Amino acid sequence: MANINLVNLTKSYDNTEVLHHIEGSIADGEFIVIVGPSGCGKSTLLRMIAGLETVTSGEVFIGDKMVNDVEPAHRDIAMVFQNYALYPHMSVEQNMAYGLKIRGLPKDEIAKRVREAAEILEITEYLSRKPRQLSGGQRQRVAMGRAIVRDPQVFLFDEPLSNLDAKLRVQMRLEIRKLQKRLGVTSIYVTHDQVEAMTLGDRLMVLNAGYVEQFGTPVELYQCPETVFVAGFIGSPSMNFLSVTVADGVLTLENGATVAFSNGHSGTALLGVRPESLIANPDGAVRLKVEMVEQLGANTLVHGHLEGTGTEMVASLPGIETVESGTVLRFDAPQEALHLFDAATQKRLET
Amino acid sequence: MLKRVHFPPSVLPYLLVAPQVIITLVFFIWPASQALYQSFLIEDAFGLSSEFVWFENFVYLWNDEIYLATFWRTGWFSLAVAGLSMSFALVLAGFADRVVRGAMIYRTLLIWPYAVAPVLAGALWVFMFNPTLGIFPYFLEFAGIDWNHYLKSGQAMLLVILAAAWKQVAYNFLFYLAAMQSIPKTVIEAAAIDGAGPIKRFATIIFPLISPTTFFLLVINAVYAFFDTFGIIHAITQGGPAGSTTILVYKVFNDGFVGLDLGGSAAQSVILMFLVISMTVVQFGYVERKVEY
Ligand SMILES: Nc1ncnc2c1ncn2[C@@H]1O[C@H](COP(=O)(O)OP(=O)(O)OP(=O)(O)O)[C@@H](O)[C@H]1O
Ligand SMILES: [Mg+2]
Repeated sequence: MANINLVNLTKSYDNTEVLHHIEGSIADGEFIVIVGPSGCGKSTLLRMIAGLETVTSGEVFIGDKMVNDVEPAHRDIAMVFQNYALYPHMSVEQNMAYGLKIRGLPKDEIAKRVREAAEILEITEYLSRKPRQLSGGQRQRVAMGRAIVRDPQVFLFDEPLSNLDAKLRVQMRLEIRKLQKRLGVTSIYVTHDQVEAMTLGDRLMVLNAGYVEQFGTPVELYQCPETVFVAGFIGSPSMNFLSVTVADGVLTLENGATVAFSNGHSGTALLGVRPESLIANPDGAVRLKVEMVEQLGANTLVHGHLEGTGTEMVASLPGIETVESGTVLRFDAPQEALHLFDAATQKRLET
Repeated sequence: MLKRVHFPPSVLPYLLVAPQVIITLVFFIWPASQALYQSFLIEDAFGLSSEFVWFENFVYLWNDEIYLATFWRTGWFSLAVAGLSMSFALVLAGFADRVVRGAMIYRTLLIWPYAVAPVLAGALWVFMFNPTLGIFPYFLEFAGIDWNHYLKSGQAMLLVILAAAWKQVAYNFLFYLAAMQSIPKTVIEAAAIDGAGPIKRFATIIFPLISPTTFFLLVINAVYAFFDTFGIIHAITQGGPAGSTTILVYKVFNDGFVGLDLGGSAAQSVILMFLVISMTVVQFGYVERKVEY
């Protein structure tokens, strides 16, 4: 078992820096999810921890040992790839046994571990098949099996579920979570899906364009986003952002409506409010002109504009509601659900 | 259901395939049938008349010790050329696959020998190994080896094998490199994480995964050694000394154009033709089925 430390980690390809000064410490047994949009450097960061990419500057520690110059083979890690990367010419059993054979474990020990892992993952009946004779979901399990038989110090996952259909993805997500808790192995999981990130991670590292935007628990990220990016990235549907001016404890929206708000700041700012935090109130200050309604069953999403402006807004009403497009709905939001950001630096303005 | 599209009858398709058909007829079918016909004839010593003898030429070859020896010699010559050039190409491709900087330069340089004509390749090796002028015999002398491939049949064979293999390395290299680069990178990375070092990865992952290419190249190289090495042998040893580097295709030339035994030589070429046809069939069999893994 091992903790992981990333110290001032930087990666450049041909003089373009793609990861900037990444810092983070991961406790033993923790499940960390690295999440961010495509191209932000998630895979690169994971591959640096695995030893598949060189470190441009900074240090990677696995269990107190600096591993910058240690071969992947000697880092005692196991990785699950997005395309599974199974050995096509070997049977499922041989795929799982490969790493153990190389480490020179005795035959009966290998057989025992493979059998146990196959039972956990319910792939016992496919042991003699070749990867191409398996479905995507079964291949995914084999890739997991290949990782767990090794009993490594760290699991690394690079979008392992993105090739599966939605239902299987949810099911596998839960299984990975249970498996990780049961084995207690430190894990780092890369995904671009924020729902996956929120449900899996003990803590989330939100990456954007090679910078760590925030590193915290799912609840922290949801309740107290540090930047506009995190606020917009976490939560679905995404947070509404409205330009406001603040003066003397009053927020003035673009269309002139005012909301009482006790915050020490003054000047222009960006107000963030989640669709589910908007509460319908006939006297509410926020007026939304409805354009389109999405019925999701459990709730109803109302899309439109802040009345009199071009600023798009979404509100979420509980249950099934019928709303004509063109009507104006009025909302309020509790003070604690309002997030204020500096318009220039995009950083959170604390009260 | 697919809809059948009907075109009005037209001469255009026939015109379009005509050049290919004509070339095949003139340069393959016609000479092949000539050779087949010729192989049933025996000419008299002055070339004035010929007699139709059915399979007598073949029966004669079947009982000819020299011909049978040539047959076996060709067999192991091909194996040696294929084995040597393929294993050398495999090693080079293995390294080139790992090179990151300057990869294009290595690849371009490695491909050059393929562009050299067989006779020129032969001439090159003749100069390098000339017993009196060549650079290699000069060095070999220090090692106590007296090099003279004009007199020693073992050395002569070694030299033609080296020259023939050298020329084919580039071709094999290209195919091996392409095959290695088509292996997903993550599979190799997974093996690295599983603890396999470069040599172990090559032996347990890369080599098994490129086995279809190995089978393909084996056939191609055998066909090459059977036929295309003519120019090299002609330039280096002319089949000598004492016929020790005469392979089947060289014997066809020697018996027919030097010895003027047209019937016997034609019979030999018919045998060669069937050999290459059967090798091609084997190869297509593999390509169709793909090697299972
Ligand atoms: N070998 C390379 N050479 C140059 N640039 C690279 C290389 N590999 C990645 N990059 C760049 O580094 C950045 C991060 O890439 P990375 O693959 O880590 O993104 P990602 O977050 O995993 O994206 P995705 O979600 O699409 O997988 C990208 O801008 C990419 O263009
Ligand atoms: Mg990626």
